Amino acid sequence: MKTIKLLAILFISALTLSSCSDDDHDDDDHDHEEELITTVNYTLTNGNDVITLSFVDLDGEGGSDGTYSVSGSLSANTTYTGAIELLNETEDPAEDITVEVKDEADEHEFFYSSNITGVSVAKTDTDGDGNPIGIETTLTTGDTGIGTLTIILKHEPTKPNDGTADNAGGSTDVEVTFAISVQ
Amino acid sequence: MIKLFCYCVIAICFTTNVMAQDCTYTFKGKIIDFHNNTPIYGASVQIKNLNKYTSTNQKGEFEFKNLCKGELVIEVQHIACETKNSTITINQNLYKEILLEHHLEELNEVVVKTNFKTEATSIEQSIKKNVLEGYSDKSLGDALKNVSGVSSLNTGNTIVKPMIHGLHSSRLLIINNNVRMFDQEWGDEHAPNIDINANNSIEVIKGANTLKFGSDAIGGMILIKPKKYAIKDSLFGSTLVSFNSNGLGGNINSEIVKTYKSGFYGKIQMNYKQFGDFKAPDYYLTNSGTISKNASFRFGYNSFEKGFDAYYSYVDNEFAILQSSHIGNVNDLVNAINSQEPRVIEDFSYEITFPKQSILHHLGKIEAYKRFKGFGKLTVQYDFQINRRKEFDLRRGDLSNTPVIDLRLFTNSLQTDLRIDYSDNLKINTGILARYQQNDAVAGTGTSPLIPDYDKYVFGTYIIGNYDINESTEVSAGVRYDFSRIDAQKEYNVTDWRETYNYDELFPEFEAGEVDGTDIPTNPNFSYHNISASLGLSKQFENNMSLLVNYGLASRVPNPSELFSDGLHHSAARIEIGLLTMEKETANKFAISLEKNSDNFGFSVSPYFKHIRNYIQLIPVGITTTIRGAFPVWQYNQINAQIFGVDLDVNKKINSKFDYKGSLSLLRGDNTSEDIPLIHMPAANFSNRISYTNNALNKLKISLTHKSVLQQKRYPDYNFYTFNAIAQENVFVDISSTPPAYSLFNLNTSAVFKAFNKGSLELEFNIENLFDVSYREHLNRLRYFADELGRNFNFKIKIKY
Repeated sequence: MKTIKLLAILFISALTLSSCSDDDHDDDDHDHEEELITTVNYTLTNGNDVITLSFVDLDGEGGSDGTYSVSGSLSANTTYTGAIELLNETEDPAEDITVEVKDEADEHEFFYSSNITGVSVAKTDTDGDGNPIGIETTLTTGDTGIGTLTIILKHEPTKPNDGTADNAGGSTDVEVTFAISVQ
Repeated sequence: MIKLFCYCVIAICFTTNVMAQDCTYTFKGKIIDFHNNTPIYGASVQIKNLNKYTSTNQKGEFEFKNLCKGELVIEVQHIACETKNSTITINQNLYKEILLEHHLEELNEVVVKTNFKTEATSIEQSIKKNVLEGYSDKSLGDALKNVSGVSSLNTGNTIVKPMIHGLHSSRLLIINNNVRMFDQEWGDEHAPNIDINANNSIEVIKGANTLKFGSDAIGGMILIKPKKYAIKDSLFGSTLVSFNSNGLGGNINSEIVKTYKSGFYGKIQMNYKQFGDFKAPDYYLTNSGTISKNASFRFGYNSFEKGFDAYYSYVDNEFAILQSSHIGNVNDLVNAINSQEPRVIEDFSYEITFPKQSILHHLGKIEAYKRFKGFGKLTVQYDFQINRRKEFDLRRGDLSNTPVIDLRLFTNSLQTDLRIDYSDNLKINTGILARYQQNDAVAGTGTSPLIPDYDKYVFGTYIIGNYDINESTEVSAGVRYDFSRIDAQKEYNVTDWRETYNYDELFPEFEAGEVDGTDIPTNPNFSYHNISASLGLSKQFENNMSLLVNYGLASRVPNPSELFSDGLHHSAARIEIGLLTMEKETANKFAISLEKNSDNFGFSVSPYFKHIRNYIQLIPVGITTTIRGAFPVWQYNQINAQIFGVDLDVNKKINSKFDYKGSLSLLRGDNTSEDIPLIHMPAANFSNRISYTNNALNKLKISLTHKSVLQQKRYPDYNFYTFNAIAQENVFVDISSTPPAYSLFNLNTSAVFKAFNKGSLELEFNIENLFDVSYREHLNRLRYFADELGRNFNFKIKIKY
């Protein structure tokens, strides 16, 4: 008898335990990727000359590969004001991830590098500790050339650092490389 | 010969001849062997209060005449049996059948058997309680490495997955208190959720005698056993406190046991463990601590004819994962591999931050048995487990306290085992199993789940026979059948579903709705039929030598990770992909063991060979470009594999005070489909230990242990190149090369003091990694990022009361 009672108690408690935790059991619990960054837009402005560098990968990791687009070539010996924008376009309206990065500015930093001689990017914004963030930049071109521009966003880099992504540590949240030309 | 211990059960039958006068009653009886109903000749029967005695004839019968009305205190004895007393009242002629029992194994811990096996033909090794106590502040996997042929797959030093002969995860059965563990064991970084302090002994079964618990023990089986208690009135317990200099932590474990003469018993055990950041010889391993809270309760009733056992255990583990191991993309991985030190090195802290794992495991069971005269024993067991696993990663903003993985696995099983043992030579075990599992990818993680929701049903049945051919030879044979069905709900990326994997043509029946954005809902379901079998032979020779031969056929269905994984694994900087096209794995296992056990010298030599068809492995297949940069894609594939090796153990008593113990494990694993070595196989290793024991001086024991692990030179080369945009060049990603050989020394000392009347106090002082050696182990998933632990001073106090 005792055994049967025990079995019953155990069975009931198992049911209770599993049904208690049923609160969060739902049949349709396929979350949308909330942290996803689908889009990187880097906009370079010099007066009326606006050049946009975009990377878009709407289905995130896996699925189709992302696509790069560059709206035009840069002019030689020119200074552009640069602004970066990160979006999650799977949300409607698109979520602006740049805001999150700005909120946690001390934990993030953008790094820009190009293999074209004379192209340099200076970060013009700072976080609460006076270290650069890199959402707002100035891009200066020199002589003509063809090459790439790489933009990297590091999470938890060493701040301050020597300005290169390789030595800043942290983990990479964004790494995109655009083919650009200076004419 | 094991010392016989007998147990007597008394069944009473009354005859109805009522006599008018006192002192004319007759007490007749018969002594019968319980399990096969044969009469027992030569048992002595005594009426103690009348000082009369007799013994049974060849029919097992005895008779006392001219007894007066009143109480009789009866004592029944048989050769090598424990004396059993009972009191009866006589007021009429009485006939009584008294059943004696020779089934030693049921009788629990009273008989201390040094070499007691689950089955006579089984190739196995065991770890006893006193060895386990040495690992009270470590993990199951660490303790198991004492056994030759057992290694581990680690994630840092707190997440330790045991490996038998190079096989782990779903290829090992872990049986905890007769319950098969289901704790999402599919993942490389999912360690078994078992409190090592809750148990008494561990058996590692390397051979084939595993059918009772499942068909899929391709690697082997780990049997974690509780202690059985003597039937007497007693109250005892123990408390163990340990402290370690490395990690500035330790554990406290207490247990208390109450047993009754009636057969009832109860036990409560609790354990708390905490460590802060551990230290490699040259730096702290930032974010490597752990907190573990465990408790277990047991109560039951134990008698020869019937009994029950109820058990509940609660395991709550929180593991910090080395902060430096969180990396963004393959360039970060290259930097980590090329850098000598982890990228984050901070001062010591007890804080557990991200990344981390938090796992809760509930296990409950109730088992009841009844013995039938002249037949056997029937056991019925119900068990349930709930495993909730949360993995936290470094995330942005509001999500930082939200797990990236949150899975809950609920398992419950009902099983029976019938042991037919009335024949002296032939014992048969047979049983059935029904199991239902539900996995829930808990909502709210803000990511698509790595493992989807699924339901799984299993039905199994087995029969195993053991036959004694003669005094020294025993054979066993068994067969098992399992049916399993898995029914999952998962959303696939529509490009992956249609173009990458071509599932729309292979599995059109799984599509369960219209494409929604970039996703397609699907309902993959699979059914499997598994046949497994085992054959065993044991032969005893003179000079305490014995030979064991095992053959096993095992088959394993793909686990959910192998079928459904689909996503980014941060700590490995890789995208892991399971495939719906996975088929079941089938293994043929051969093992031989030649053993000698004597007081002064013992050894075992155990060669083995396994051939595994459709072996499922996770290997790199290419690179994919994401917004985070490049990632290697690791995909499950199937090949044919073979593993062979030998385990060697030696122990020698040098003199009354000095002992030597040594072991050697050699293993070679091959991917025969591609003619390359198999990935993640343990390297050759050997160990030596010299112990000094002085029983006269507070049981003082000093031992020095050495262990060497050679470099694994046989590994498949999955290195690749990736484009580094900053350097504008291809860089070499060396993920395959293995770290060099290393040797470690440990010093252990212990002494026992008679602290108070009934109990004892044992003090232990140990030094691990005596020479503070910096090393890396190729079976540690974090080997790219940091060294293993440096020197540790450990101090333990054990009080038994």
